[in-house]
Amino acid sequence: MFNSIKSRFVVAGLASVIGAASAQAADITGAGATFIYPILSKWSDSYNNATGNKINYQSIGSGGGIAQIKAGTVIFGSSDKPLDPKELDDAGLAQFPSVIGGVVPVVNIEGVDAGKIRFTGPLLADIFQGKVTKWNDPAIAQINPDVKLADGAITVVHRSDGSGTTFNFVNYLSKVSPEWKSKVGEGTAVSWPIGVGGKGNEGVAAYVKQIKGSIGYVELAYALQNKMTYASVQNAAGQFVQPSLTSFQAAAASADWKSAKDFFLVITNAPGENSWPITATNFILVYKQPKNSAGTKAALDFFKWAYENGGKQAEELDYVPLPKGLTEQIEAYWQAQVKL
Amino acid sequence: MAANSSAITPTITAAIVDADRRNARDARADGAFRWIVTAAGIFVLLALAGAALSMLWGGREAFSTFGLGFLFSTEWDAVNHHFGALVPIYGTLVTALIAMIIAVPVSFGIALFLTEVAPNWMRGPVGAAIELLAGIPSIIYGMWGLFVFVPLMGEYVSPWLNDHIGALPLIGPLFTGPPLGIGMLTAGIVLAIMVIPFISSVMREVFLTVPTRLKESAYALGSTTTEVVWDIVLPYTRSAVIGGIFLGLGRALGETMAVTFVLGNAHQLTASLLMPGNSIAATIANEFTEADSDIYRSSLIALGFLLFIVTFFVLAAAKLMLRRLSRQEGAK
Repeated sequence: MFNSIKSRFVVAGLASVIGAASAQAADITGAGATFIYPILSKWSDSYNNATGNKINYQSIGSGGGIAQIKAGTVIFGSSDKPLDPKELDDAGLAQFPSVIGGVVPVVNIEGVDAGKIRFTGPLLADIFQGKVTKWNDPAIAQINPDVKLADGAITVVHRSDGSGTTFNFVNYLSKVSPEWKSKVGEGTAVSWPIGVGGKGNEGVAAYVKQIKGSIGYVELAYALQNKMTYASVQNAAGQFVQPSLTSFQAAAASADWKSAKDFFLVITNAPGENSWPITATNFILVYKQPKNSAGTKAALDFFKWAYENGGKQAEELDYVPLPKGLTEQIEAYWQAQVKL
Repeated sequence: MAANSSAITPTITAAIVDADRRNARDARADGAFRWIVTAAGIFVLLALAGAALSMLWGGREAFSTFGLGFLFSTEWDAVNHHFGALVPIYGTLVTALIAMIIAVPVSFGIALFLTEVAPNWMRGPVGAAIELLAGIPSIIYGMWGLFVFVPLMGEYVSPWLNDHIGALPLIGPLFTGPPLGIGMLTAGIVLAIMVIPFISSVMREVFLTVPTRLKESAYALGSTTTEVVWDIVLPYTRSAVIGGIFLGLGRALGETMAVTFVLGNAHQLTASLLMPGNSIAATIANEFTEADSDIYRSSLIALGFLLFIVTFFVLAAAKLMLRRLSRQEGAK
């Protein structure tokens, strides 16, 4: 008896606390890509400290994020793969970039240091298609005169789960290799001609670290944290560039956002001397005419705050904040498209 | 006398009424009990049927689009929306088979050791250790497999298999392949380690139920320990032992996380056990979150339905086979 009275008091107390919290600040709910989860949690923590507003983000994957926003169960969705303007129109959604990152090829070859081995886009496509199968293949040796490569078999490691990382990687391969485009194509999951599949960035990283002579692709943060041998890749301008925040930034800045309707643009193979060719963008989806306009306004306020104040935190986590011109374009897009 | 009997009658009547009331109450309680346990039994059937039917319903688009071809196609292409289940079905069966080939004899040995051979002071601690092993979450086995066991397989076991068994006729092709360390053999072995605690703890429990009288009689007649095990313990516990094996088999067929870590998750059909493959549960776990088209999601749910069917058929086939075996034994 005593217990139940006590617990009732606790419940009532909790309810009043929750009630008070929701009266003060709107809870902003979002769901989608796992890619932005680390930075979103960091941002939402700082944002909560600064304004008292809470972001509740569920990293359930891009596919799930798109499904949830279309079902109207969250205020914003997030996807690593942009939706085309027609699909956005049909669903009544607006789309804009949130943060930029990059995908890097990683290898496990004895005696080769990070950043020393070079690839061209078509060569990567040939390796991931199983056309180039040995590390001493002339095609690899030709662009790597300074690296000693022994006669070892190449083991391809790819993602086993659907992922935005895969999407950006194969989107790049499709852009540089017509054969890849026709035979494999692009998507968050593709029918890999060869190789083994690891679950998540950490799965690919673990496989590449364990299998001698393997090559895989992960987000830069994973390559750096796991001290993996990443490669430099030739960009659209013909330069071999190293993956870094600078080269990701260069790609983000040189990409042609101005003429992209609804920011429908994948910035792989971006022009520019210093651009990293496999740069990836994460996109946010909100309703153009939201039922919960207060919530959507709060979400847009949060992203505006993040564009203005979240750059340093993004860089600490190996993301690239959006360039100034782009954030201005996004805010103008909100004004024009989202009816609050 | 009359006064006496008139005093007793009410007592007896009261006693009869009381007994009647108790009988009625017992009957009611018995009825309620019957209903409760019947409901529990029906609940299992309903849960099973509900899960199977809802998966069949969710997978209807895949079944209607690909027809029977869904079962026999090795293609799994999310870009062009072609899906076939043969590779995951094959991988599920092969890894479970490897697991059972290893796990059944080993569990047998463990259980017999603990009940018949081990000194008394060892039985408690080892028995507890096995039950603890059974409680370890599968993700732990997966991580152990990936970080500890896979390198061992890649470094030592795969090359050895390639050199020594790969050249043999018939079974050679099963054991040739690059020394990745990841693949169906590795997955099967990790699965075996996972199901051994299940099977052996069940076996141990049932071996303990064999009456000491029977065993002692056999020993008194001059039987060796081996003879007691084969001729007394096993026949006495056969059906329960089979139940334990099925429990392990069921877990091996449906295991997800541990397999995902060490199987390689590649949709390719290869004869070699050293090559990466895929299993039904691993495919669903890997791809469900990002299944971005209806037919993709439907195909994954259809895979889930097939896992039901596959498990059902495997268990049914195993039961039939064992029944035939025991019949032959009876005829002997």
